[in-house]
Amino acid sequence: MSDAPLHTQFNSIAQLREALVSRQVSAQELAQSALDAIQARADLNAFLHVDATLSLEQARDADRLLADGNAPALAGVPIGHKDLFVTQGWRTTAASKMLADYVSPFDATVVAQLRQAGAVSLGKLNCDEFGMGSSNEKSAFGPVKNPWNTATNPGGSSGGSAAAVAAGLLMGATATDTGGSIRRPAAMCGVSGIKPTYGTVSRYGVIANGSSLDQAGPIARSALDLLELLDPITAFDAADATSLEHCNGTPNQPGRVRHDFDRAVQAHQAAGSTPLKGLRIGVPDEFFSADIQPDVAATIDAALKQYESLGAERVRISLPRTSMSVPVYYVIGPAESSSNLSRFDGVRYGYRTAQYNDLDEMISRSRAEGFGSEVIRRIMVGTYVLSHGYYDAYYLQAQRLRRLIADDFRRALTEQCDVIMGPVAPTVAGDLGTEGSPTEEWTADIFTISANLAGLPAMSIPCGFASKRNLPVGLQLIGNYFCEGQLLAIAHAYQNVTDWHQRKPEQQ
Amino acid sequence: MDWEIVIGLETHVQLSTASKIFSDSSTQYGALPNTQAGVVDMALPGTLPVMNRGAVERAIQFGLAVNATIAPVSVFARKNYFYPDLPKNYQISQFDLPILQGGSLTFFVGENETTVNLTRAHLEEDAGKSLHENFTGPHGESSTGIDLNRAGTPLLEIVTEPEMRSAAEAVAYARALHGLVVWLGICDGNMQEGSFRCDANVSVRRKGDTKLGTRTEIKNVNSFRFLERAILYEARRQIEVLEDGGTIVQETRLYDSDRDETRSMRTKEDAHDYRYFPDPDLPPLVVDSGWVDRVRANMPELPAARRGRFQTELGLTAYDAAQLTMQRSTADYFEEIVQHLPQGSAKPAANWVLGELAAALNRDDLDITQSPVSAQQMAALITRIVDGTISNKIARDVFAAMWEGEHNRDADAIIEARGLKQITDTKAIEAMVDQVLADHPAIVDEYRSGKDKAFNSLVGQVMRAARGKANPQQVTNILREKLDS
Repeated sequence: MSDAPLHTQFNSIAQLREALVSRQVSAQELAQSALDAIQARADLNAFLHVDATLSLEQARDADRLLADGNAPALAGVPIGHKDLFVTQGWRTTAASKMLADYVSPFDATVVAQLRQAGAVSLGKLNCDEFGMGSSNEKSAFGPVKNPWNTATNPGGSSGGSAAAVAAGLLMGATATDTGGSIRRPAAMCGVSGIKPTYGTVSRYGVIANGSSLDQAGPIARSALDLLELLDPITAFDAADATSLEHCNGTPNQPGRVRHDFDRAVQAHQAAGSTPLKGLRIGVPDEFFSADIQPDVAATIDAALKQYESLGAERVRISLPRTSMSVPVYYVIGPAESSSNLSRFDGVRYGYRTAQYNDLDEMISRSRAEGFGSEVIRRIMVGTYVLSHGYYDAYYLQAQRLRRLIADDFRRALTEQCDVIMGPVAPTVAGDLGTEGSPTEEWTADIFTISANLAGLPAMSIPCGFASKRNLPVGLQLIGNYFCEGQLLAIAHAYQNVTDWHQRKPEQQ
Repeated sequence: MDWEIVIGLETHVQLSTASKIFSDSSTQYGALPNTQAGVVDMALPGTLPVMNRGAVERAIQFGLAVNATIAPVSVFARKNYFYPDLPKNYQISQFDLPILQGGSLTFFVGENETTVNLTRAHLEEDAGKSLHENFTGPHGESSTGIDLNRAGTPLLEIVTEPEMRSAAEAVAYARALHGLVVWLGICDGNMQEGSFRCDANVSVRRKGDTKLGTRTEIKNVNSFRFLERAILYEARRQIEVLEDGGTIVQETRLYDSDRDETRSMRTKEDAHDYRYFPDPDLPPLVVDSGWVDRVRANMPELPAARRGRFQTELGLTAYDAAQLTMQRSTADYFEEIVQHLPQGSAKPAANWVLGELAAALNRDDLDITQSPVSAQQMAALITRIVDGTISNKIARDVFAAMWEGEHNRDADAIIEARGLKQITDTKAIEAMVDQVLADHPAIVDEYRSGKDKAFNSLVGQVMRAARGKANPQQVTNILREKLDS
C-alpha cells in the first residue's frame, strides 16, 4: 500500500536499526510517515492522543544521537503507549471520562526507560477504561476496531496497542496485562505480546487496576521484536516496592532477558533439525474444555504439532483449579481496583460533576458520572467483598485459592514440563457491539487469568486463523518464573519456521 | 455510690524523619500550603508508596525502649474512607499485624510508681489538613482549602490497655511517653505543631464491677492540661448519665477547650466500614534480628537504665531518679552538674534541678535546654553550698541573681560582690551568740524553763544578727553549748 509507513518496509526492529544507523532512513522521516498513517487510519480509533510536535521532537533527538554514532538500541523506533502509562506532554486518560483532560507531571518508569533507549513515541493508545474489559469496547472514547475485520473488536484491554501494531502503524507498543490484557488483544489482532513475571517490570506510572496482578509488557510483530522492547524495561525500580532486585539470584536489569534468550537460541541451533529436542510442552486438559470453538482448538493443535516437528514433546497435564481462576480473579481484582480507584473523586483533579449541594454529593456524583458501567460494576463488587462480614468469605478465601492455583502451575512447571501451551482465548474476536452478559465477558479470560494470579510470565503468538471470517488465533505460552528469555526463544523457534506473524491484514 | 474511671490512651507520635513515610517529600513543619506535597503525597495517577526505613527504625527504637515484641513480619493495610484531605481516599496503616506488640511503660503518679501495659504500636501515614475557616475559593466564595503538606507524615500510633484509673494517671502516662519518645529522638515532641496527639478512651463502672462500661473516645487532645480536663469532664458526664438512669452511647467525642466540655462527633452507627485489606503495593515489612541489633547499637542510654544508674551510682531515691529521667535534656543537665561537683554531692544537685531550677524554668516558660544558667554555672553554685561557703537559703538569692544575668552568672563573683560568704569563724559566731544571750534574757529564761520553741527563736536572732550568713549548724551547736553549760 502506498500510504504504509516507512517502517513497514522492515521486517524487524533489528533491520530497521541497521537502516537507521547507516542513515538510509531518518527517525524524523519514520515518525512523519507513521503520523500520516495514524491519521489515515483514524477509523480504527486506536489512538487517543497524537501530538506531532512532541513526536517529531523525540525523532529529532534520535537523529542527533544516530548522527553522533552512539545511538541507543531503539533510537528512532516508532512506538506508542497504552493510555494507562502516564506521560509528560501527552494526555493520560486511562480511556476514562474521569481523566479526559489529565496531563501527568511525570513519565511512567517504562515510558522513561524506552525514551532513554531512544524509541520515539507517536502517542497514546486506546484501551478499556482503566484496563477493565476484554474487547476494548469499555473505552469512554469509543471502541477500537480490529484491523483484520473492522466489524470485530480487537480484544482488550490493550486493544489500541494490538490494533496499531497489527495495522502497521507502529513497530511496537507498551501494554499492561491484569488478567490477559496483553495476550488477548495480541491474539485477536494476530500480533505477539508478552506479560513478564510479576515484579520484573516497574509499575510506577502505570495507572493501577489490580495492583497484585498488573504487569506491563510489550506488543510487537515477533518474538525478536518483543525481546528488543522487553529487555530495556525489565529492571528493578526503587520507586515500586513490588519491583524485584533479583530474579533467581540474577540482578533484575537490562541484559538479563537477552542473555537467557541468546543462550536458549544457541542451544536450539546446536540441536540442528530438531532445535527443541527435549523440550516438554505441558498441554492442560482444562484448556480444551467444551467452551472452546472447535476450529480454534484445531488451530492450536496444529501449532502444537508444529512444535512436535521441531523436536518438542507434548505432555498431557491437568490444572484442575482452572475453572476457579475466574471467580478468584473477580474477587481479588475488583477488591484492589475499588481501593485503587478511590482517589478519583473530583476533589483534586479529574472530572467533577457540575451540580452538587455538599461534599458527599460532589464525590458520589462525580464518580457516578465520570466512570463507565464496567468500572462501577467492579468498584461495587470490590467494595462488597471487602466489607465487614464478607471479607473472610470472599477476599481471604480467594487469596487461599490463589495460592493453590499458583502451586498447581509451579508443580506442573517443575515436575512435568518446561512450558505450558494452549489457547489464549476460547474464541476468535467477536463482533463489535455484541458483548454478552458481564459473566460471559468475565469467563472469556479463563485461560489467561491464572498466569496473573500466579505471577508467571506468559505470552501470545499468532498461530493461524479460524472461524468463517478467518480471524487470528493466538497460541499461549506460559513459562516458569523469570523465564522470559526462554519463552521468547521458544516462540522464536516457531516463528523461524512459520509466517503467521508476518501476515498483514490487507493481505487477507 | 462509688465510681471507677477506666482509661486507655491512643497516642499519635509523629516520627522525626526528614522525609515522609512513603515518599521523599520533606516533613518540615510550617511551609506554605502544598509546597511539600509531591506526586506520591497528592496520590497522582500511577504513583506508588515506598517504605521509609528511617520510620521503621524509629519504631524499632521505641519497641526496644518499652520491651515490646518486634514483629519479624508486619503488614501494611489500606484503611478505606473518603475524605478530601486523604488524597488516596485510603490511609496506609497497619491493622492485624502491627510492627510492635505488648511492652510497658513505668512512671510515677505523684510519689507512686506505676506501670501501664501497651497493647500495640503501629506505623501509619498522616492525612493532610482541611482549612475550613477564613478560606475563600477562586470566586471569593467561602470554601474549604486543602493543605497536603502533612499528608504522608510518618506516625507511630501507640495504644495502651484500658488500665488507667484516673485522669492524673493518664496524664502522668502521657508525660512519661512524651519524655521517652523525645529522649529517644524519634519525635520532636512539639504538641502545638501536632507532633504528639492523644486520643482517650474513657468509660466508668461501679467500684467492684469487673465488666468494662461502654466507652467513648475523645479525639485529638493536644496538651496535657486539656487531656486531664477532657477526661475529668467526660467521666463526670458519663456518671451523671448513668446516675440519671441513662446509658452511654459508644461514640467519638471532641474536646472543646474553650467551653471545657466534650461534644459528640459521630456515633458507632455512622462509623465507617474501613474495608481493611493488605496493601498490594507494599510487600510485608520484614525486620530481622540483624536490623534490630544495628538499631540497638545506635540507641542512647534508655531512661530506665539511667534511672537505675542514678540510684546505684549516685545514691538518689527512686523518686528523684525518676523525675530526673522524665526528659533526656534534664538528665543530661543534671549529669553535667554532677561531673563538676565533689563526689557524694548528687543529692543537693538533684534538689536544685528539681526544685529551684524547675520552678524558674516553669515560671519563665522555658525548656531546660533554654535555661539561662548553664549546668556548669549551676555546679559552681552548688559547690559553694557543699563546701559551706554559703547556706542553701543564701544560695537561692545567688541563683536569682545568676538567673537575672548578674556578673556573667558567676556564683563566686556574686557571692563576693554581695558579701554573702557564710560566717564559719567560731569566734565570730560565739561573739554574736553571747551578744544575743545578753540582749534577750527573757527568751533564755523561757528556754531554761523547758520551752523548746525558745531555742529556735534564739537561733533566729543570731541569724538575723549575722544577716543570714552564719553557718546554721555552727550557730545551733554553739548556742546549745552555751545554754546547756
